[in-house]
Amino acid sequence: MNKISSGQEQYLKRIRIRRISILLARILILVLFLFLWEFCADREIIDSFIFSSPSRITLCFLEMVQDRSIFLHIGVTLYETIASFLLVTLFSILAAVLLWCSRRLSEILEPYLVVLNSLPKSALAPLLIVWLGATPKTIIVAGMSVAIFGSIMSLYTSFTTVDSEKIKLIYTLHGNRRHALTKVVLPSSVPAVISNMKVNIGLCLVGVVIGEFLAARNGLGYLIIYSSQVFKMNWLLMSIVLLCIMAMGLYAVIGAIEKICKKRV
Amino acid sequence: MKPILELRKINFSYHTPAGETRALSDITLALAPGEFASVVGPSGCGKSTLLSLIAGLIKPESGEILLNGSPLTENSSNIGYMLQHDHLFEWRSVYRNVLLGLEIRGKLDAASKKKASQMLEQYGLGQFANVRPSQLSGGMRQRAALIRTLILDPELLLLDEPFSALDYQTRLTVSDDIGQIIRRSGKTALLVTHDLSEAVSLADRVFVLSRRPATVSRIVQVTFPPKSNTPLQRRNAPEFKNYFNEIWKELNRHE
Repeated sequence: MNKISSGQEQYLKRIRIRRISILLARILILVLFLFLWEFCADREIIDSFIFSSPSRITLCFLEMVQDRSIFLHIGVTLYETIASFLLVTLFSILAAVLLWCSRRLSEILEPYLVVLNSLPKSALAPLLIVWLGATPKTIIVAGMSVAIFGSIMSLYTSFTTVDSEKIKLIYTLHGNRRHALTKVVLPSSVPAVISNMKVNIGLCLVGVVIGEFLAARNGLGYLIIYSSQVFKMNWLLMSIVLLCIMAMGLYAVIGAIEKICKKRV
Repeated sequence: MKPILELRKINFSYHTPAGETRALSDITLALAPGEFASVVGPSGCGKSTLLSLIAGLIKPESGEILLNGSPLTENSSNIGYMLQHDHLFEWRSVYRNVLLGLEIRGKLDAASKKKASQMLEQYGLGQFANVRPSQLSGGMRQRAALIRTLILDPELLLLDEPFSALDYQTRLTVSDDIGQIIRRSGKTALLVTHDLSEAVSLADRVFVLSRRPATVSRIVQVTFPPKSNTPLQRRNAPEFKNYFNEIWKELNRHE
């Protein structure tokens, strides 16, 4: 194992070069894009009042860091997204287990789930505001509403597609349906639950931003709507960039959880 | 000797909205304690259905199944069942896979854990106790599945084509191996297979089923001299092809 043949060495080298070149290309695209944007705004090829520029966005961000107002907006959006994500994960697992336990219940509820899932959730947001008031609670519910029905359906599907022979094995060992759930269905659905979480975190962020558009005093969604109304394009674009970074960060956290789970299995 | 298992005039049909399929018709058979019997029949004749009935997973439409002279009731009997695939769970180590049945029956304690380790050791899997099933070879996986069944100390073992998922070479060695383990343990076993040579190499008696709706069309007593009585030796014994042909003819009589 210790001695690496020259063929293997070359192979490893090729892989390394490939990986580095992909990373470099990715960085290059970003740098080129930012440079072009800055250049065009500087030479007034594009109207920097409407399109802003990377330097203005950065300056605007630094200003808001100095007066600490940005942390409130980021914190509120982050809190609402994580809260709605955790609630969606919890409730959709519970609901999918319930549907799995009663085949009849799942058959009865199926059309309702399909309708609720295909309904544009942004249509619900105004309703939620009237019912629950313009509070963070409403925004968390709005975030949940985007993800939960699809999440229940995809988890239930993955529960029901577990190898029926594995469930038969449980019965041949004289187990019951509870054993089938805890020994086979849930453990074998861990990868499905995690890939479901990856989808949900993005959807919750969408729901939270929609909620903030309509009923918030803080948060990045609020900042976007407010800045578009007063034509502060620097604020608007900065908020969008921050949302991008937040989405990437949250996704990376779930990716890390996935890695830990894979290692344990 | 009093039979350990008795089937009396068992009938069973599958129902779908499109219609009814009669699977088993008036099946009557009995197994003596310690006997290794095999059931062969054309594919789709209801062999596996027969095992599911004996294991109590489904109920016969009519007829009686007696275990040690008393009717089969759910979970009362100690029957071990080996399925076509080993179904070892990848999210458990080999050792914890072996413990699955004990966990389900609530019999997991220090003594049974010790027994599990001993059995893994005894069947050559001691050093693989803590690895994932995917790191085992096909034969070792089948052994692990057998330990998972045997650790519950079943009186009767049901084997549902347990070697059919293996490639031919592995299959010969594994069936030799598993066959000898079961022989030594002195358990009563009922093996369902479509492979005639497997049935002849392993069993004391072969029940030949007819096409659907299946009924026992013939019972072939299989005896080999004691000096060539392992499954692999049986395959080379001169009697082997006689039994094989006898069963082959019986199966083709119905074609």
